[in-house]
Amino acid sequence: MVRVLINVPKQMTAKEPFDVKVLISHPMESGQRRDQLGQTIPRDIINHFMCTLDGETVLEAEFFPAIAANPFLSFSVVAEKSGTLALTFTDDHGVTQTETAAITLT
Amino acid sequence: MLLAACAVVPRAVATPAEVGALIQALVGDAPLKDGLIHLDLPVMVENGNSVAMSVSVADPPSPVESIHVFAEGNPLPRVAVFRFGPRSGAPRVVTRMRLATSQTVIAIARLRDGTCWRDSVDLLVTLAACIE
Amino acid sequence: MKCLLALIAAAILVIGAGERRSGYDDASPETRAMQDDDAANPAFLWVKQGEALWSEPDGTEGKSCAGCHGDVTSLRGVSARYPAFDSKRGLMVTLEQRINLCRTNHMGAGSFAWDDDKLLSLSTLVGLQSRGMALAAEPREPYLSDGAALFRERMGQLNLSCAECHEDRAGLSLGGSLIPQGHPNGYPEYRLEWQGMGSLYRRLRNCMVGVRAEPYSPDSPEATALAFFLAVRANGMQIETPAVRP
Repeated sequence: MVRVLINVPKQMTAKEPFDVKVLISHPMESGQRRDQLGQTIPRDIINHFMCTLDGETVLEAEFFPAIAANPFLSFSVVAEKSGTLALTFTDDHGVTQTETAAITLT
Repeated sequence: MLLAACAVVPRAVATPAEVGALIQALVGDAPLKDGLIHLDLPVMVENGNSVAMSVSVADPPSPVESIHVFAEGNPLPRVAVFRFGPRSGAPRVVTRMRLATSQTVIAIARLRDGTCWRDSVDLLVTLAACIE
Repeated sequence: MKCLLALIAAAILVIGAGERRSGYDDASPETRAMQDDDAANPAFLWVKQGEALWSEPDGTEGKSCAGCHGDVTSLRGVSARYPAFDSKRGLMVTLEQRINLCRTNHMGAGSFAWDDDKLLSLSTLVGLQSRGMALAAEPREPYLSDGAALFRERMGQLNLSCAECHEDRAGLSLGGSLIPQGHPNGYPEYRLEWQGMGSLYRRLRNCMVGVRAEPYSPDSPEATALAFFLAVRANGMQIETPAVRP
């Protein structure tokens, strides 16, 4: 389980785009580094990200080793009614993790 | 215990030709033009481990389906692909990327009308003086 | 006696003729922007872990930090005073050492190793409570003079002292990197070079290995004296914990 921080604005209005910021605790091991014995440290990254709002896609992303450690994402969402934002991360081992955030419109 | 890792020692490096081929495969026969998409990266990079990058398309004539980012001088040419769905508020993403060395980073946007748009940034990457 | 101490401190702490600059002032606009936005600062992943650990009982006494300290906000101003003199034990302690002392003496829990992620999370959480406040470590001998002497002592195969880079050549470049004055006002901090969080001790160790010197061991009197000197040298500067640095 990786640590995830999701930031949504305090005020969100229907049909007005707002930015969501996400921070994920993950080393995003690129597969390029060597250890003290000179052996390559195997690649181990989060390679897929999916954000949906009540099941509808907001953003889907493919990550490659060039995405920095402890990935940060900021993207725009538009909602017509209050709902739940679901963020799913998949890593190189096929392990998925989903975090949610309530979208409460004013 | 801390894992003391050496600095990046790439066995192979991506080349502009390799990135060009990936872009060609992505674009196909569609028209590829400069502009519309904006790739924002600092020209002088303080540390290549983490560089703020944003891609955005302002006022697209047709919805943006995807944005693809490539790095010509990294060990691997691909950086990320972003696909925008019906609940996306705007075709815009901010993230942080790794840069192995000074190089050109390229972003391509594919619109639903079939057109492709390109932006690139040439940047300088300095290495840290004291590597742990 | 206090007056004399202040005079000694003043004599030791003059940084050339210029003003003191935080590492923030020397960082690029992008790095500064990362620090300025709590939603984009990766250190807050450690703060989040710290918040969870704060309320978690640990050790034979079944206590959590919250059990004695209540809400962590009650520790506002605490890290600003560190390193601080523990009169009961008669020694200077860093914040990390204080956390470990709390664990062993009051919680019946083990000490964290210097690079333990949990210790880092807790020290970042506590340091955050003093963000924006001025560093206010109380000068004390012999620690201050010991630390000052270490700061000026040449060491390692490269035969360099801290002062040669961080005082005499602060503002100049080492390779492509700007040499900062080396103030501890942002620690624990997220360092892009580490691709993670680290304590002041990690940075000092980093520097010593950089000049090919045998690093001081984590809880050695030398490491503590140097950390204390650096804090007093930076007294009055604004705490930026958790900072982001290249």
